[in-house]
Amino acid sequence: MGYTIAEKILGARAGRKVKAGDIAICKVDFYFGQDGTSGIIIDSFRKLGSVKPYDRKRFSMVIDHSSPSPNVGVSTIHKKMRTFAEEYGVGLYDVGVGVCHQIIPELGHVVPGDLVIGADSHTCTYGAINAAATGVGSTDLAITLATGKNWFRVPETIKVIVDGKPPKGVYSKDIILHIIGRLGANGCTYKSVEFYGDAIERLSVSGRFTISNMAVEMGAKYGFMEADRKVMKWIGQHSKRQPKPVFADRDAQYEAVKEFDVSKLPPQVAKPHAVDNVSGIEEAKGTRIDEAYIGTCTNGRLEDLEIAAKILKNRTVHGDVQLIIGPASRLVYLDALKKGIIETLVRSGAVILTPGCGPCVGTHGGVPANGVNVISTANRNFKGRMGNPNAFIYLASPATCAASALEGKIADPRKYT
Amino acid sequence: MKGVARRLKQDDNINTDYVISGRYKFSIEDPRELARHIFEDIDPGFAGRAREGDFIVAGENFGCGSSREQAPTAIKAAGLKAVIAKSFARIFYRNSFNIGLCLIECDTDPIDDGDALEIDLRNNRIRNVTRNSLIPIKPIPTVMKRLLADGGVIEHFKKHGGFTFDA
Repeated sequence: MGYTIAEKILGARAGRKVKAGDIAICKVDFYFGQDGTSGIIIDSFRKLGSVKPYDRKRFSMVIDHSSPSPNVGVSTIHKKMRTFAEEYGVGLYDVGVGVCHQIIPELGHVVPGDLVIGADSHTCTYGAINAAATGVGSTDLAITLATGKNWFRVPETIKVIVDGKPPKGVYSKDIILHIIGRLGANGCTYKSVEFYGDAIERLSVSGRFTISNMAVEMGAKYGFMEADRKVMKWIGQHSKRQPKPVFADRDAQYEAVKEFDVSKLPPQVAKPHAVDNVSGIEEAKGTRIDEAYIGTCTNGRLEDLEIAAKILKNRTVHGDVQLIIGPASRLVYLDALKKGIIETLVRSGAVILTPGCGPCVGTHGGVPANGVNVISTANRNFKGRMGNPNAFIYLASPATCAASALEGKIADPRKYT
Repeated sequence: MKGVARRLKQDDNINTDYVISGRYKFSIEDPRELARHIFEDIDPGFAGRAREGDFIVAGENFGCGSSREQAPTAIKAAGLKAVIAKSFARIFYRNSFNIGLCLIECDTDPIDDGDALEIDLRNNRIRNVTRNSLIPIKPIPTVMKRLLADGGVIEHFKKHGGFTFDA
């Protein structure tokens, strides 16, 4: 019986063959925390006693969730991170570098075949580049910081096959919202997901990140894709490290196989207050929109901003809507500037935030008022997520968010594309 | 372990944002301060209603969403002794045992708010004293049992100089 991608990567790091259900102690290739979780990483690390970072080059902290700091409490945490980074000579990506899940791969820290943990649940994003990457808590991260290792339960795997060429105006965000709607928030809890199919192959690496990013919204531990030519080219442009692509064996054991055809898929919307509360655009169309947010680790990449700019070019955002844009990183921001995308967005009436992800977690940068309807490219629409339990969050693609910002109501982007 | 069941206004998919909202966890470091705000967005007043030693009782997928360790930490700091649910999300599950908070998986339908419960880990069951019934629980995996016995992963690590459960 063959091996899944998760079994192969965890086995390679454990130094023995492992199967689903096994517990293995594994070497971890890269590990990091963000400003909402690093404070406790530091506390837990110090509680371990007289320890040092096992390998300071394999660890980094990122200031992105409240960046720049909106209050004294956050400033104190940021200062604590800077002090720790200096004391131990570990990496720190400070205010403005970008969202952790954009910059960790963009700056070359992750390559195919890696085992990565992050003190952030959306670490599963790097499954798109064939890495066994998953979110953990701060104390787990601290253990790895001190030892270079951690314990892992080898997960069972669910194979998700996505076929079909999506219609114009339908993007990777729509595909993953559709899948989550079908499988449910609990549909893949503690499972590794392997995504296959020609719909995935057609996507850019950027579009693939969006899908793997949201694997955790159905409970998954990993959201793998294969390292094809597109991925290998992308890695060559971003990392000097040697990729070690891992493929599942033909006779690997899957707990389930789920098939999707997206050739007739309409744009999708996740309605308040659950990510799996998904419907086609027809059902949500016309809902009043007061705020639109395009950014985050799900959809703040160049491709996303470009899609939004194409729709907003030579048009003006609806007078009752504030459109907030958060480029996912400094590099994305610079590329968008060079291409004139930022100018188009600003001329349409949008405001541009520091690269980071504050609005998605409600720390700052667009906290909605009571009764406000927000359409967002983020990955979560939980009650209170954006900082106010009396607001209503709809999740959609950058195209649907841009079209909705123009019309002041949830709008079908297909007429603009 | 004896305690009183506390059910929340929502049963399934209680995510870690609902346990402790991002607007608190990003700016407050003191767990006791965080404990005053648990479940505020879905069940205002819960923090005031729950008593030291109570158990949270919920449905499926408790603790889904964000990796924030502040979620189990705030529950523990509120004096709650265990969470009993039909199922748990992965990261929350690890985080809880890592910080020494006990999680119990079982059918929670036969438990009402206010029921007096006795958790019997040796025999893998809960006695619902109020209803005079027994509920079987899923045995806690060996790894988690060891972490819990030592009071969390940091204490486990310091005591044994590493993990004790390879292979």
